Amino acid sequence: MQATSSGEIRVPAEARTFQSVLLRLLRFREFALIFLIILIGLVLQAATGRFLTTANLNAIMLGFATSAIIVVGMTAALVSGGFDLSVGSVFALGGVTAAIALRANIPIGLSILIGVGVGMLAGFITGTMITRAGINPFISTLGMMSIARGAGYAITEGSPLANLPKEFFVFGQGQMLGIPNLVVIALVIVFVGDILMRRSALFRQIYYVGGNEDAARLSGINVNRVKLGVYTLSGLLAALAGVLSVSRFTVADPGAGTGEELRIIAACIIGGCSLQGGKGTVFGGLLGLIFVGFINNGMVLLRVPVYWQTLAMGVILLLAVGFDTLSQRLQARARRAKT
Amino acid sequence: MTPLLEAARITKRFPGTVALDDVQFELRRGEIHALMGENGAGKSTLMKILSGVYTADSGEVRFEGRPVAAGNPHQALQLGIAIVHQELSVVRPLTVAENIFPGRLPTNRWGMVNYNKLFNDAGRVLEQLQVRIDPRQTMDRLSIATQQLVEIAKALSLNCKVLILDEPTSALTEREAEILLDLLRRLAANGTGIVYISHKLDEVFKLADRVTVLRDGHYIGTKVIAETTPDEVIRMMVGRELSDLYPARSAGQGKPLLEVRNLRLPGQAVGNSFQLYAGEVLGIAGLIGSGRTELARAIFGADPIEAGEILMEGQPVRITSPSQAIKLGLGYLPEDRKAAGLFLDMAVKLNIEAANLPEVTQGGFISSRREKSLAEHYVRQLNISTPGIEQEVRRLSGGNQQKTLVAKWLSIQPRILIVDEPTRGIDVGAKREIHYLLRSLAQNNVGVIMISSELPEILGMSDRILVMHAGQIVAELDGGTATEEQIMTYASGQPVQDR
Repeated sequence: MQATSSGEIRVPAEARTFQSVLLRLLRFREFALIFLIILIGLVLQAATGRFLTTANLNAIMLGFATSAIIVVGMTAALVSGGFDLSVGSVFALGGVTAAIALRANIPIGLSILIGVGVGMLAGFITGTMITRAGINPFISTLGMMSIARGAGYAITEGSPLANLPKEFFVFGQGQMLGIPNLVVIALVIVFVGDILMRRSALFRQIYYVGGNEDAARLSGINVNRVKLGVYTLSGLLAALAGVLSVSRFTVADPGAGTGEELRIIAACIIGGCSLQGGKGTVFGGLLGLIFVGFINNGMVLLRVPVYWQTLAMGVILLLAVGFDTLSQRLQARARRAKT
Repeated sequence: MTPLLEAARITKRFPGTVALDDVQFELRRGEIHALMGENGAGKSTLMKILSGVYTADSGEVRFEGRPVAAGNPHQALQLGIAIVHQELSVVRPLTVAENIFPGRLPTNRWGMVNYNKLFNDAGRVLEQLQVRIDPRQTMDRLSIATQQLVEIAKALSLNCKVLILDEPTSALTEREAEILLDLLRRLAANGTGIVYISHKLDEVFKLADRVTVLRDGHYIGTKVIAETTPDEVIRMMVGRELSDLYPARSAGQGKPLLEVRNLRLPGQAVGNSFQLYAGEVLGIAGLIGSGRTELARAIFGADPIEAGEILMEGQPVRITSPSQAIKLGLGYLPEDRKAAGLFLDMAVKLNIEAANLPEVTQGGFISSRREKSLAEHYVRQLNISTPGIEQEVRRLSGGNQQKTLVAKWLSIQPRILIVDEPTRGIDVGAKREIHYLLRSLAQNNVGVIMISSELPEILGMSDRILVMHAGQIVAELDGGTATEEQIMTYASGQPVQDR
C-alpha cells in the first residue's frame, strides 16, 4: 500500500505486489484450510486428549475415504460449470449392483467392474441429457438422483444385501503397513485426479468449458464431449466409492449415501470451487472434506448432540463462502481505490 | 438561461487509460445535441457519467443549475435523465407493456398487477411513438428494431426532460429510423433536451441543432450544425492523418485461399459466394444484423449451414466444428470479446494457449516451460501490457484484452484469420497496433477477413470490400476507391427489401 506514494518506482513495485498478491490469492484458500485444519486438530487434542491417536485418525480417514473419491468427480463437474446431485444415489446403486453380482457367484473383479460400470452408465446418461437434450445440470442430475435411488431400492426390494464373499472385504477392511487399504486407494485416486486436473491437456479443457463455454467452443474445444466425460467420470467414481463402501461395511444398503451429494458439494465449495465454474482443485476439495470432517469429529468427541452437527455444517458452509465473497469484494474495492 | 444539463471539467480514468480528460458538455432545453467521435473517443463514458452510471474522478454535472449526485443512476432517473443504451436491456419473455413499466407496474388494492391499466398506459406511450405495437405481445416475438422502439417508449414513459440515445438507429431500417427521428424532433419541440450519439453524419446533419466532438477522451469543440460542414466535423473527429492509423496496403493479391460457393444458412433463400486471396485484407461491411457475423460463424463451423461449398486452396473442405476449422488453419476472433472470446477469470497464458493446447502439451501433460515460452513470446510480440502471464485477463484494459485474444489466434499460425469487429471499444493506440498486425499477417500471405461497423476502418484497411445487407452480399468494392456513401447505399439495401 505504501508503494503507491513513492512516485518513480511505482510501476515496477506495483507490478510486483500485484503479482505476489495474485499468487497469494491463488493459494489462499488451500493455505487457509491447512492452517485451520491443523488448528482444529491441536485444539481438539488439547480439549479431549484423544484426537491425535492412531485409532481416531484412522477412523477419521476411513470415514473420508469414499467421500474423497467422490470429491474428484464432483470437482470436475463444478469446474465445468455444473454439479452432480446424483452421486449419493449412484453410490448406493453401484454398491448394490456389485453385491448382487457377487451373490450370483460372479468373480470379485468382474463384480466390481459391473458395479462401477452401472455408475458410469448413469453418469453417461446424465451427461447425454445435459449435452444432447440441453436439460440443465440441476434437473438432469436431480432426475438421475431419483432414478438411481429408485433403481437401487427396486432391485433389492428395499432390503440391504449381506452374505458377501469374505475375500471381497480386503479392499475395505485390509491394511498395508498399518494404513487401511481403503485410505490408500482413496489417496491414490485423489492424487491422480489432482495431477490430471492441474496438468493434463485433456482435463485442462474442463476449466475452459467452465470459464466461458462459448469461448471454449470457438477455441475448438468440443464442449459437449468434455461435459459428457465429466458426468461419466463422476458417476464412475461415485459407484466405485459405493462398491468400496460395501466392502468396508460388508453390507450393500440401497439407502446408503443419502445426502452425500450436498456434503460433497459443500466440501468442494469450501475447498475453493465456484458454482460459476472455471475454478477449483481436487486438493482443495479434499481439504474442504477434511475440514468439515474434523469439525464433525470434534463435535462427536466433545459430545455435541448429532443434530447440532448438521446445523454447524450449514453455518460453516455459509461462513466459508460468505468470507470468500466478502474478501473478493474488498479486494476489488482496493483495486478501484488504487487506480 | 441556465442550460438544462451541463458537465464541466469531467475526468474519468480506467485502469490503463484515461477515458475522459477535462471534458465539457452543455445541453439546452428543446435542443437536439449530437455527440460524435470515433469508437473509444469517450462518448459512452461521458453519457454514463451524465446518467449517473459512472462516477467521474473529477468535474461536475449540473442539472437545471443544481449539482447532480455522482454515481447515482436512480437519482438521475428521478431528475428526468433517461438513457437508451446501444445494447438492448429488454426482458424477452415478458410483454411489451411490462418492459415499458418495469418496477412501476400499476397495481390494484390487493397488490396485484392491474393489467388493464398497464396495457392502456403502454398503448398511450406507444401511440406517441406512432408505431403499431401490441402492448400485450411478448418481446421475443418482435424484431430488434421494434424492441429498440419499446426501449425508447420506456424512456418516454418516465416523462424525462433529458433523453440520451446511444446509436439508436444502428439496428433500424431507414423507414424505422425516419419514424424515430420524427419523434425526436417532436419531443425536442416540446422542450425535451436530447443527446444523440451517432456515427452517421448525414443523420446528425438532418437532425441535430449542435454537435460536440470528442477525440481520444478530449473535448475538441462544439459547433452549431447550421454553421459547420460534415467535412469540418470529420476533421475534428479524426484530427490526424489517416495513414497513421492504417498501414499501407499490400502489393497485390496471391492465389485464392478460400472460396465460398452458395453458402446458405438455415432460413436463407439465396446463398452467398465470395473468394479470399492470400495476402489480402477482405473487409466485410454492413449494418448490425446484416448477417456478417452469421456468415463468418458458419464458415468457421460454429453454426450449421444448410447448403453450399467451401474450398480451401482449391480443395473442397467440410467444416462442421470450430476444432476442424482450427485444424485447417482457420481462426475466428468473435465480435464480443467478453462473451465469446476471452476466459476473463483465467490467466493471460491460459487465454493465449486456449486454441492451441497441443502446442504446450508433452506426453499428454501441459508443460509449464512451453506454456511460459508461448505466452511470453506473444506478450512481447503484441506488446501486451500486463504485469505477467499469470495475470487474470479481467484486470487488463480493453485494448490489452483484445490483444490477448488476437494472440490466441496468432499462436495457431492461421492461414486464414477472420476478425469480427477487431477494434471495438479499444483505445486508438491499441487500435493502430492491431491494424498494423493484421496487415503484416496479410503480407505474410495469410488471408484476413475483417468484419467492421466502422466505415473508416473498412476503408482504411481493406484491399477489397464486401457489403452485406439482409443476409446477402450485395456489392464488392475496391478498397482503394470505395467511399463511405457508396458502402452506406449498399448496406442500407436500396431499394429497401424488407425481411
